[in-house]
Amino acid sequence: MAKEILVRFLRAVTSAGLAAFARVVTGVRPLWLGTTPSDRQRIYFANHASHGDFILLSACLPARERERTRAVAAADYWGKSRLRRFIAEDMLRSVLINRNFVERKEDPMAVMLGVLDQGDSLILFPEGTRNTTGMPIQPFKSGLYNLALARPDVELVPCYIENMSRVLPKGEFLPVPLLCRVVFGAPIAPGANEERHAFLSRARDTLAALDPRPGRR
Amino acid sequence: MPSVSLPMILAPFAVLALASAVAAVLNRRAGGRPDPTLLNLTQRINAWWVMVILLTGAFLIGKSAIILLFAFVSFAALREFVTLTYSSRSDHWVLLAMFGVILPFQYWLVWTEWYGLFTIFIPVYCFLLMPAVTALRGDTSRYLERVAQQQWAIMIAVYCISHVPFLLFLAVPGFEGRQTMLIVFLIVVVQGSDVLQYIFGKLFGRHRVFTPFAPLQAGLVALMICTLGFLGGLVASAIKRDQGVKDWGHLIEGHGGMLDRADSLVFAAPIFFHIVRYYWTV
Repeated sequence: MAKEILVRFLRAVTSAGLAAFARVVTGVRPLWLGTTPSDRQRIYFANHASHGDFILLSACLPARERERTRAVAAADYWGKSRLRRFIAEDMLRSVLINRNFVERKEDPMAVMLGVLDQGDSLILFPEGTRNTTGMPIQPFKSGLYNLALARPDVELVPCYIENMSRVLPKGEFLPVPLLCRVVFGAPIAPGANEERHAFLSRARDTLAALDPRPGRR
Repeated sequence: MPSVSLPMILAPFAVLALASAVAAVLNRRAGGRPDPTLLNLTQRINAWWVMVILLTGAFLIGKSAIILLFAFVSFAALREFVTLTYSSRSDHWVLLAMFGVILPFQYWLVWTEWYGLFTIFIPVYCFLLMPAVTALRGDTSRYLERVAQQQWAIMIAVYCISHVPFLLFLAVPGFEGRQTMLIVFLIVVVQGSDVLQYIFGKLFGRHRVFTPFAPLQAGLVALMICTLGFLGGLVASAIKRDQGVKDWGHLIEGHGGMLDRADSLVFAAPIFFHIVRYYWTV
């Protein structure tokens, strides 16, 4: 019981602290272009280049929405050591799914749907891993499409995260203070006859189109 | 506290109070729906309140507060500048050093009044070492572009702006302890309109209590500051246009970023500093 209270306290401090830290370092500002903050259950899907991505995204959400929005993260990375698992699961309330379909015991879809059924919102990075390729956004994995079909009443909101790849690149530990913005676009949904591949590439194009400084070299 | 007279402290507050009152009347006339111009005006006046309160507070507290305030201005300006530039992943450590080492060290040099190193630390040591670090990382694609942008960023945002607080330590004979007024003069002339410059010349030219300048000198120095301020604004616009953005950032509501407010100060500060140092100090 005491431990549970302590963990909840630490979790609240971590969440508020990280959001404040993100604001100080990146001066992050949300641009609500295609939608507004709302209480509706949502899946925020975003481009992924840095561990800082979900911190930045949740820092842009209103406090109440932030509390019930959980990031989907890789169990094969965050579950590797006890410390990582503690940070990811207990402090950040991440939803851990295993990307390795040979070794995994739990079905990622079942895990994510379970969280949605509790009424929580999700942050999803459909690229599946941090992007270091130099291309703007990597091809999407299927999870986004499957979730959309399974829970059609949950809104899929595209969120373009700007600059985070430069603030905290993969493999680095200290963030460089640079200005970041998160652009929230209009929600999308698969069409009646839209097949998996078409929807996923449309979702990716929608996200790429939100880049506030397209074509910058 | 370096002597700043009471009217000098109260004047900007009086002007702002008047501006706020006018804006309030206009807002009431507009009913619930003020047009974008009025909204922007209100935001700008509010931002000016914050800026004037911060500056006055720092001036009243003294040296350390003034140095810290301008270190913060440099931080915000550097962040905006570097955000616009191109950098690759291998620049991470150089960028970190710009924020975490060079900026604090330059302002520490101001604080210790180490004039010699203050003037050469960035243009000599940093300008040689930063490209060396970049080359050591081995990534040479668009090397010259990256290095040039980093150096220009540190020059504009840190080196130039750090000359403002160093004005506090210029030993102008007969003007000891009142150097804060040099900063006030610089900021008012840079930010103010022609009217303000005129008033300043009339007011402070006659009595050399506020600035060490005789009337004609004050006019000439003010003219020089304005010209440089204009050129600074021009250069800042050229950079923004090249990078395809309208504002440097979004720090100050209604004004854009820190550099949108400080671009003219950036160019005027070091030259004003050296002119005063050359002609008025012993």
